[in-house]
Amino acid sequence: MATPNTPLWEVFIRSRNGLAHKHVGSLHASDTTLALQAARDIYTRRGEGLSIWVVPSNAITASDPSEKGMVFEPAESKIYRHPTFYDVPDEVGHM
Amino acid sequence: MYTQALNTSDGDDRHVEDAARSAQFQARIDADERIEPNDWMPAAYRKTLTRQISQHAHSEIVGMLPEGNWITRAPSLRRKAALLAKVQDECGHGLYLYAAAETLGTSREELVDLMLAGKSRYSSIFNYPTLTWADIGAVGWLVDGAAIMNQIPLCRCSYGPYARAMIRVCKEESFHQRQGFEIMVTLSKGSEEQKAMAQSALDRWWWPVLMMFGPPDKASQHSDTSTKWKIKRFSNDELRQKFVDATVPQAKFLGLTIPDPGMKKNADGNWEYSAIDWEEFNQVLAGNGPCNRDRLAARRKAHDDGAWVREAARAYAEKRENRKAMAKAAE
Repeated sequence: MATPNTPLWEVFIRSRNGLAHKHVGSLHASDTTLALQAARDIYTRRGEGLSIWVVPSNAITASDPSEKGMVFEPAESKIYRHPTFYDVPDEVGHM
Repeated sequence: MYTQALNTSDGDDRHVEDAARSAQFQARIDADERIEPNDWMPAAYRKTLTRQISQHAHSEIVGMLPEGNWITRAPSLRRKAALLAKVQDECGHGLYLYAAAETLGTSREELVDLMLAGKSRYSSIFNYPTLTWADIGAVGWLVDGAAIMNQIPLCRCSYGPYARAMIRVCKEESFHQRQGFEIMVTLSKGSEEQKAMAQSALDRWWWPVLMMFGPPDKASQHSDTSTKWKIKRFSNDELRQKFVDATVPQAKFLGLTIPDPGMKKNADGNWEYSAIDWEEFNQVLAGNGPCNRDRLAARRKAHDDGAWVREAARAYAEKRENRKAMAKAAE
Protein backbone atom coordinates (compact mmCIF):
# COMPACT_ATOMS: atom_id res chain seq x y z
CA MET A 1 0.00 0.00 0.00
CA ALA A 2 1.31 3.44 -0.85
CA THR A 3 2.13 5.61 2.17
CA PRO A 4 -0.35 8.53 2.42
CA ASN A 5 1.20 12.01 2.27
CA THR A 6 1.72 14.10 5.40
CA PRO A 7 1.29 17.91 5.02
CA LEU A 8 4.33 20.00 4.13
CA TRP A 9 5.45 23.03 6.20
CA GLU A 10 7.97 25.79 5.61
CA VAL A 11 10.23 26.60 8.55
CA PHE A 12 11.50 30.08 9.50
CA ILE A 13 13.98 30.74 12.30
CA ARG A 14 15.04 33.93 14.02
CA SER A 15 18.69 33.71 14.97
CA ARG A 16 20.27 34.97 18.18
CA ASN A 17 21.57 38.13 16.59
CA GLY A 18 18.12 39.65 16.42
CA LEU A 19 17.66 39.54 12.65
CA ALA A 20 14.29 38.71 11.09
CA HIS A 21 12.98 35.14 10.80
CA LYS A 22 14.66 33.49 7.87
CA HIS A 23 13.50 30.57 5.75
CA VAL A 24 15.63 27.51 6.55
CA GLY A 25 13.80 24.64 4.87
CA SER A 26 10.72 22.50 5.00
CA LEU A 27 9.40 19.43 6.77
CA HIS A 28 6.40 17.11 6.99
CA ALA A 29 4.08 16.95 10.00
CA SER A 30 0.43 16.19 10.56
CA ASP A 31 -0.32 19.33 12.65
CA THR A 32 1.14 22.57 14.03
CA THR A 33 2.33 21.05 17.33
CA LEU A 34 4.27 18.29 15.63
CA ALA A 35 5.54 20.69 12.97
CA LEU A 36 7.05 22.96 15.64
CA GLN A 37 8.58 20.03 17.47
CA ALA A 38 10.06 18.58 14.26
CA ALA A 39 11.38 22.02 13.28
CA ARG A 40 13.21 22.24 16.60
CA ASP A 41 14.75 18.79 16.10
CA ILE A 42 15.67 19.20 12.44
CA TYR A 43 16.70 22.83 12.17
CA THR A 44 18.01 23.91 15.58
CA ARG A 45 20.44 21.20 16.67
CA ARG A 46 23.27 23.71 17.10
CA GLY A 47 21.66 26.73 18.70
CA GLU A 48 20.59 28.22 15.37
CA GLY A 49 17.80 30.31 16.79
CA LEU A 50 15.47 31.59 19.47
CA SER A 51 12.15 31.57 17.64
CA ILE A 52 10.53 29.27 15.09
CA TRP A 53 7.65 29.88 12.70
CA VAL A 54 6.05 27.04 10.76
CA VAL A 55 3.73 27.86 7.86
CA PRO A 56 1.75 25.39 5.76
CA SER A 57 3.55 25.36 2.39
CA ASN A 58 0.29 25.68 0.49
CA ALA A 59 -0.43 28.96 2.31
CA ILE A 60 2.45 30.67 0.52
CA THR A 61 1.74 32.70 -2.59
CA ALA A 62 4.83 33.15 -4.73
CA SER A 63 5.69 35.49 -7.59
CA ASP A 64 5.82 33.85 -10.98
CA PRO A 65 9.44 33.10 -12.03
CA SER A 66 8.57 33.54 -15.71
CA GLU A 67 7.55 37.15 -14.98
CA LYS A 68 10.61 38.07 -12.97
CA GLY A 69 11.97 40.32 -15.72
CA MET A 70 8.87 42.46 -15.71
CA VAL A 71 8.36 42.34 -11.93
CA PHE A 72 11.84 43.44 -10.94
CA GLU A 73 12.78 45.71 -13.85
CA PRO A 74 11.54 48.94 -12.19
CA ALA A 75 14.09 48.47 -9.39
CA GLU A 76 16.96 47.89 -11.79
CA SER A 77 16.47 51.02 -13.85
CA LYS A 78 16.41 53.43 -10.89
CA ILE A 79 20.03 53.83 -9.98
CA TYR A 80 19.23 57.16 -8.29
CA ARG A 81 17.77 55.11 -5.44
CA HIS A 82 21.30 54.18 -4.40
CA PRO A 83 23.65 56.46 -2.44
CA THR A 84 26.48 55.89 -4.92
CA PHE A 85 24.46 57.82 -7.53
CA TYR A 86 25.20 61.11 -5.76
CA ASP A 87 28.48 63.01 -5.81
CA VAL A 88 29.81 64.38 -2.55
CA PRO A 89 32.97 66.54 -2.83
CA ASP A 90 36.07 64.86 -1.35
CA GLU A 91 36.62 67.75 1.08
CA VAL A 92 33.34 66.93 2.80
CA GLY A 93 34.65 63.50 3.80
CA HIS A 94 32.49 60.62 4.87
CA MET A 95 28.75 61.13 4.67
CA MET B 1 26.67 13.00 3.67
CA TYR B 2 26.92 10.27 1.20
CA THR B 3 26.56 10.58 -2.53
CA GLN B 4 28.17 7.96 -4.64
CA ALA B 5 27.67 6.50 -8.04
CA LEU B 6 24.38 8.27 -8.08
CA ASN B 7 25.18 9.63 -11.45
CA THR B 8 24.88 6.22 -13.07
CA SER B 9 22.02 6.27 -15.52
CA ASP B 10 19.32 3.63 -15.42
CA GLY B 11 18.35 3.94 -19.03
CA ASP B 12 17.80 6.46 -21.72
CA ASP B 13 16.34 9.58 -20.20
CA ARG B 14 17.19 11.98 -22.96
CA HIS B 15 13.80 13.15 -24.11
CA VAL B 16 13.18 15.27 -27.09
CA GLU B 17 12.68 18.72 -25.65
CA ASP B 18 11.58 22.06 -26.89
CA ALA B 19 14.87 23.15 -28.48
CA ALA B 20 14.45 26.87 -27.86
CA ARG B 21 13.63 26.45 -24.17
CA SER B 22 16.44 23.94 -23.73
CA ALA B 23 18.89 26.41 -25.23
CA GLN B 24 17.61 29.15 -22.91
CA PHE B 25 17.96 26.80 -19.97
CA GLN B 26 21.53 25.89 -20.92
CA ALA B 27 22.35 29.58 -21.26
CA ARG B 28 21.17 30.17 -17.69
CA ILE B 29 23.33 27.27 -16.46
CA ASP B 30 26.33 28.59 -18.40
CA ALA B 31 25.80 32.01 -16.81
CA ASP B 32 26.00 30.27 -13.38
CA GLU B 33 22.42 31.10 -12.52
CA ARG B 34 20.65 28.86 -10.02
CA ILE B 35 17.65 26.88 -11.23
CA GLU B 36 14.69 27.09 -8.82
CA PRO B 37 11.74 24.70 -8.41
CA ASN B 38 9.18 26.62 -10.46
CA ASP B 39 11.56 27.44 -13.31
CA TRP B 40 11.25 25.60 -16.59
CA MET B 41 13.72 22.71 -16.81
CA PRO B 42 14.25 19.82 -19.23
CA ALA B 43 12.48 16.62 -18.14
CA ALA B 44 15.81 14.80 -18.10
CA TYR B 45 17.31 17.40 -15.71
CA ARG B 46 14.35 16.92 -13.37
CA LYS B 47 14.62 13.15 -13.58
CA THR B 48 18.39 13.05 -13.06
CA LEU B 49 18.15 15.31 -10.02
CA THR B 50 15.17 13.50 -8.51
CA ARG B 51 17.15 10.29 -8.76
CA GLN B 52 20.39 11.74 -7.44
CA ILE B 53 18.91 13.74 -4.53
CA SER B 54 16.54 10.99 -3.41
CA GLN B 55 19.31 8.39 -3.52
CA HIS B 56 21.49 10.76 -1.55
CA ALA B 57 18.65 11.09 1.00
CA HIS B 58 18.19 7.31 1.22
CA SER B 59 21.94 6.99 1.82
CA GLU B 60 21.77 9.33 4.80
CA ILE B 61 18.93 7.35 6.33
CA VAL B 62 20.37 3.89 5.65
CA GLY B 63 23.74 5.24 6.80
CA MET B 64 22.30 5.56 10.30
CA LEU B 65 22.17 1.77 10.59
CA PRO B 66 25.87 0.75 10.58
CA GLU B 67 26.72 3.51 13.07
CA GLY B 68 23.60 3.14 15.18
CA ASN B 69 24.82 -0.42 15.65
CA TRP B 70 27.49 0.86 18.09
CA ILE B 71 25.64 3.56 20.07
CA THR B 72 24.82 1.29 23.00
CA ARG B 73 28.33 -0.18 23.01
CA ALA B 74 30.40 2.99 22.68
CA PRO B 75 33.43 2.76 25.02
CA SER B 76 32.72 5.97 26.97
CA LEU B 77 29.99 8.51 27.58
CA ARG B 78 31.91 11.08 25.52
CA ARG B 79 32.06 8.72 22.54
CA LYS B 80 28.45 7.73 22.99
CA ALA B 81 27.16 11.30 23.05
CA ALA B 82 29.19 12.17 19.95
CA LEU B 83 28.04 9.11 18.01
CA LEU B 84 24.42 9.72 18.96
CA ALA B 85 24.70 13.33 17.77
CA LYS B 86 26.30 12.19 14.53
CA VAL B 87 23.57 9.66 13.80
CA GLN B 88 20.94 12.33 14.54
CA ASP B 89 22.71 14.60 12.07
CA GLU B 90 22.53 11.92 9.38
CA CYS B 91 18.79 11.73 9.95
CA GLY B 92 18.52 15.50 9.62
CA HIS B 93 20.59 15.40 6.43
CA GLY B 94 18.26 12.79 4.98
CA LEU B 95 15.30 15.04 5.74
CA TYR B 96 16.87 18.17 4.19
CA LEU B 97 17.59 16.14 1.08
CA TYR B 98 14.11 14.63 0.82
CA ALA B 99 12.73 18.16 1.07
CA ALA B 100 15.04 19.27 -1.77
CA ALA B 101 14.05 16.26 -3.90
CA GLU B 102 10.36 16.93 -3.33
CA THR B 103 10.62 20.38 -4.88
CA LEU B 104 11.07 18.52 -8.19
CA GLY B 105 7.56 17.13 -7.95
CA THR B 106 7.74 13.69 -6.33
CA SER B 107 6.52 13.37 -2.73
CA ARG B 108 8.76 12.10 0.04
CA GLU B 109 6.38 9.23 0.66
CA GLU B 110 6.70 8.06 -2.94
CA LEU B 111 10.48 8.38 -2.82
CA VAL B 112 10.69 6.38 0.41
CA ASP B 113 8.33 3.73 -0.94
CA LEU B 114 10.60 3.32 -3.99
CA MET B 115 13.58 2.72 -1.72
CA LEU B 116 11.69 0.25 0.46
CA ALA B 117 10.58 -1.59 -2.68
CA GLY B 118 14.23 -1.89 -3.71
CA LYS B 119 13.66 0.28 -6.79
CA SER B 120 15.80 3.21 -5.69
CA ARG B 121 19.39 2.85 -4.56
CA TYR B 122 21.43 4.13 -1.67
CA SER B 123 25.20 4.30 -1.34
CA SER B 124 26.78 0.85 -1.63
CA ILE B 125 29.13 1.63 1.28
CA PHE B 126 26.35 1.00 3.81
CA ASN B 127 26.08 -2.60 2.74
CA TYR B 128 29.30 -3.30 4.62
CA PRO B 129 29.14 -4.26 8.31
CA THR B 130 30.65 -2.36 11.27
CA LEU B 131 32.28 -5.32 13.02
CA THR B 132 34.26 -3.58 15.79
CA TRP B 133 34.39 -0.19 17.51
CA ALA B 134 37.32 0.70 15.25
CA ASP B 135 34.93 0.57 12.30
CA ILE B 136 33.12 3.58 13.76
CA GLY B 137 36.44 5.42 13.66
CA ALA B 138 37.10 4.25 10.10
CA VAL B 139 33.61 5.19 8.92
CA GLY B 140 33.95 8.74 10.30
CA TRP B 141 37.47 9.19 9.00
CA LEU B 142 37.15 7.54 5.59
CA VAL B 143 33.47 7.34 4.65
CA ASP B 144 32.68 10.85 5.86
CA GLY B 145 35.98 12.06 4.44
CA ALA B 146 35.07 10.69 1.02
CA ALA B 147 31.56 12.09 1.32
CA ILE B 148 32.90 15.57 2.11
CA MET B 149 35.08 15.45 -1.04
CA ASN B 150 31.94 14.70 -3.01
CA GLN B 151 29.66 17.14 -1.28
CA ILE B 152 31.68 20.32 -1.21
CA PRO B 153 31.42 20.79 -4.99
CA LEU B 154 27.69 20.02 -4.73
CA CYS B 155 27.24 23.20 -2.70
CA ARG B 156 27.68 24.97 -6.07
CA CYS B 157 25.34 22.65 -7.96
CA SER B 158 23.02 24.40 -10.44
CA TYR B 159 19.82 23.34 -8.67
CA GLY B 160 19.14 25.85 -5.86
CA PRO B 161 17.39 23.64 -3.29
CA TYR B 162 20.04 20.90 -3.61
CA ALA B 163 22.91 23.38 -3.30
CA ARG B 164 21.32 24.98 -0.23
CA ALA B 165 20.75 21.59 1.42
CA MET B 166 24.39 20.67 0.75
CA ILE B 167 25.66 23.89 2.34
CA ARG B 168 23.81 22.99 5.53
CA VAL B 169 25.01 19.40 5.38
CA CYS B 170 28.66 20.35 4.82
CA LYS B 171 28.57 22.80 7.72
CA GLU B 172 27.35 20.08 10.08
CA GLU B 173 29.49 17.37 8.57
CA SER B 174 32.85 18.75 9.56
CA PHE B 175 32.66 17.32 13.08
CA HIS B 176 31.85 13.84 11.77
CA GLN B 177 35.18 13.23 10.12
CA ARG B 178 37.10 14.68 13.05
CA GLN B 179 35.33 12.50 15.62
CA GLY B 180 36.15 9.44 13.46
CA PHE B 181 39.79 10.40 13.15
CA GLU B 182 40.02 11.01 16.89
CA ILE B 183 38.83 7.45 17.50
CA MET B 184 41.50 6.19 15.09
CA VAL B 185 44.21 8.25 16.82
CA THR B 186 43.24 6.87 20.21
CA LEU B 187 43.20 3.27 19.00
CA SER B 188 46.41 3.51 17.03
CA LYS B 189 48.23 4.91 20.08
CA GLY B 190 46.71 2.28 22.33
CA SER B 191 47.57 -1.35 23.09
CA GLU B 192 48.73 -3.79 20.41
CA GLU B 193 45.20 -5.19 20.22
CA GLN B 194 43.70 -1.74 19.74
CA LYS B 195 46.20 -0.92 17.03
CA ALA B 196 45.43 -4.21 15.28
CA MET B 197 41.74 -3.40 15.48
CA ALA B 198 42.34 0.00 13.82
CA GLN B 199 44.46 -1.62 11.09
CA SER B 200 41.82 -4.27 10.43
CA ALA B 201 39.13 -1.59 10.08
CA LEU B 202 41.28 0.33 7.59
CA ASP B 203 41.95 -2.91 5.67
CA ARG B 204 38.27 -3.63 5.35
CA TRP B 205 37.02 -0.09 4.54
CA TRP B 206 39.73 1.20 2.22
CA TRP B 207 38.61 -0.35 -1.07
CA PRO B 208 34.86 0.05 -0.54
CA VAL B 209 35.52 3.73 0.26
CA LEU B 210 37.43 4.23 -3.00
CA MET B 211 34.42 2.70 -4.78
CA MET B 212 32.16 5.34 -3.21
CA PHE B 213 33.31 7.82 -5.85
CA GLY B 214 31.62 5.71 -8.51
CA PRO B 215 32.82 3.99 -11.67
CA PRO B 216 35.98 5.20 -13.43
CA ASP B 217 35.47 8.14 -15.79
CA LYS B 218 35.84 6.08 -18.91
CA ALA B 219 32.94 3.82 -17.82
CA SER B 220 30.56 6.53 -16.60
CA GLN B 221 28.66 7.81 -19.61
CA HIS B 222 26.07 9.74 -17.61
CA SER B 223 28.68 12.15 -16.24
CA ASP B 224 28.71 14.20 -19.44
CA THR B 225 25.18 15.54 -19.08
CA SER B 226 25.60 16.08 -15.34
CA THR B 227 28.73 18.11 -16.03
CA LYS B 228 27.02 20.11 -18.77
CA TRP B 229 24.21 20.91 -16.34
CA LYS B 230 26.67 21.78 -13.57
CA ILE B 231 25.25 19.17 -11.23
CA LYS B 232 28.66 17.59 -11.18
CA ARG B 233 31.76 19.78 -11.11
CA PHE B 234 34.52 17.16 -10.84
CA SER B 235 34.76 13.69 -12.34
CA ASN B 236 34.68 10.52 -10.24
CA ASP B 237 38.39 9.88 -10.80
CA GLU B 238 39.38 13.46 -9.96
CA LEU B 239 37.54 13.30 -6.63
CA ARG B 240 38.92 9.84 -5.88
CA GLN B 241 42.47 11.08 -6.49
CA LYS B 242 41.93 14.09 -4.25
CA PHE B 243 40.68 11.81 -1.50
CA VAL B 244 43.62 9.40 -1.79
CA ASP B 245 46.14 12.25 -1.74
CA ALA B 246 44.53 13.73 1.37
CA THR B 247 44.27 10.40 3.17
CA VAL B 248 47.73 8.86 2.66
CA PRO B 249 49.49 11.30 5.03
CA GLN B 250 46.72 10.85 7.62
CA ALA B 251 47.21 7.07 7.58
CA LYS B 252 50.93 7.65 7.96
CA PHE B 253 50.31 9.85 10.99
CA LEU B 254 48.27 7.05 12.51
CA GLY B 255 51.07 4.57 11.80
CA LEU B 256 48.63 2.41 9.87
CA THR B 257 49.24 0.77 6.50
CA ILE B 258 46.91 1.34 3.55
CA PRO B 259 46.13 -2.12 2.15
CA ASP B 260 47.63 -1.37 -1.26
CA PRO B 261 51.29 -2.42 -1.41
CA GLY B 262 51.58 -1.24 -5.03
CA MET B 263 50.75 2.35 -4.14
CA LYS B 264 53.35 4.92 -5.19
CA LYS B 265 53.76 8.65 -5.56
CA ASN B 266 54.08 9.80 -9.16
CA ALA B 267 56.00 12.74 -10.60
CA ASP B 268 53.01 15.09 -10.11
CA GLY B 269 52.92 14.29 -6.41
CA ASN B 270 49.74 12.21 -6.68
CA TRP B 271 49.44 8.82 -5.03
CA GLU B 272 48.76 6.15 -7.65
CA TYR B 273 46.61 3.36 -6.34
CA SER B 274 46.20 -0.17 -7.70
CA ALA B 275 43.27 -1.36 -9.79
CA ILE B 276 39.90 -1.31 -8.04
CA ASP B 277 37.82 -4.49 -8.05
CA TRP B 278 34.76 -3.17 -9.89
CA GLU B 279 33.21 -6.62 -9.89
CA GLU B 280 32.80 -6.33 -6.11
CA PHE B 281 31.18 -2.91 -6.58
CA ASN B 282 28.75 -4.26 -9.18
CA GLN B 283 27.87 -7.17 -6.94
CA VAL B 284 27.10 -4.87 -4.01
CA LEU B 285 24.99 -2.59 -6.24
CA ALA B 286 23.15 -5.65 -7.53
CA GLY B 287 22.10 -6.47 -3.97
CA ASN B 288 24.75 -9.05 -3.13
CA GLY B 289 26.88 -7.11 -0.63
CA PRO B 290 27.38 -8.41 2.91
CA CYS B 291 24.46 -6.46 4.41
CA ASN B 292 22.05 -5.50 1.59
CA ARG B 293 19.22 -7.69 2.85
CA ASP B 294 19.67 -6.65 6.48
CA ARG B 295 19.66 -2.96 5.65
CA LEU B 296 16.47 -3.09 3.61
CA ALA B 297 14.79 -5.35 6.15
CA ALA B 298 15.68 -2.92 8.95
CA ARG B 299 14.28 0.05 6.98
CA ARG B 300 11.10 -1.83 6.11
CA LYS B 301 10.59 -2.88 9.71
CA ALA B 302 11.07 0.70 10.95
CA HIS B 303 8.61 1.94 8.34
CA ASP B 304 5.99 -0.70 9.15
CA ASP B 305 6.41 -0.31 12.90
CA GLY B 306 5.89 3.43 12.52
CA ALA B 307 2.68 3.08 10.49
CA TRP B 308 0.40 3.34 13.54
CA VAL B 309 2.16 6.51 14.68
CA ARG B 310 1.63 8.20 11.33
CA GLU B 311 -1.98 7.02 11.33
CA ALA B 312 -2.63 8.24 14.88
CA ALA B 313 -1.06 11.65 14.19
CA ARG B 314 -3.21 12.02 11.09
CA ALA B 315 -6.39 10.99 12.92
CA TYR B 316 -5.64 13.39 15.76
CA ALA B 317 -5.05 16.29 13.35
CA GLU B 318 -8.32 15.48 11.59
CA LYS B 319 -10.24 15.32 14.86
CA ARG B 320 -8.93 18.72 15.92
CA GLU B 321 -9.78 20.22 12.54
CA ASN B 322 -13.33 18.85 12.78
CA ARG B 323 -13.78 20.21 16.30
CA LYS B 324 -12.61 23.62 15.18
CA ALA B 325 -15.03 23.56 12.25
CA MET B 326 -17.91 22.51 14.55
CA ALA B 327 -17.15 25.23 17.08
CA LYS B 328 -17.11 27.78 14.27
CA ALA B 329 -20.42 26.52 12.92
CA ALA B 330 -22.01 26.81 16.40
CA GLU B 331 -21.00 30.48 16.77
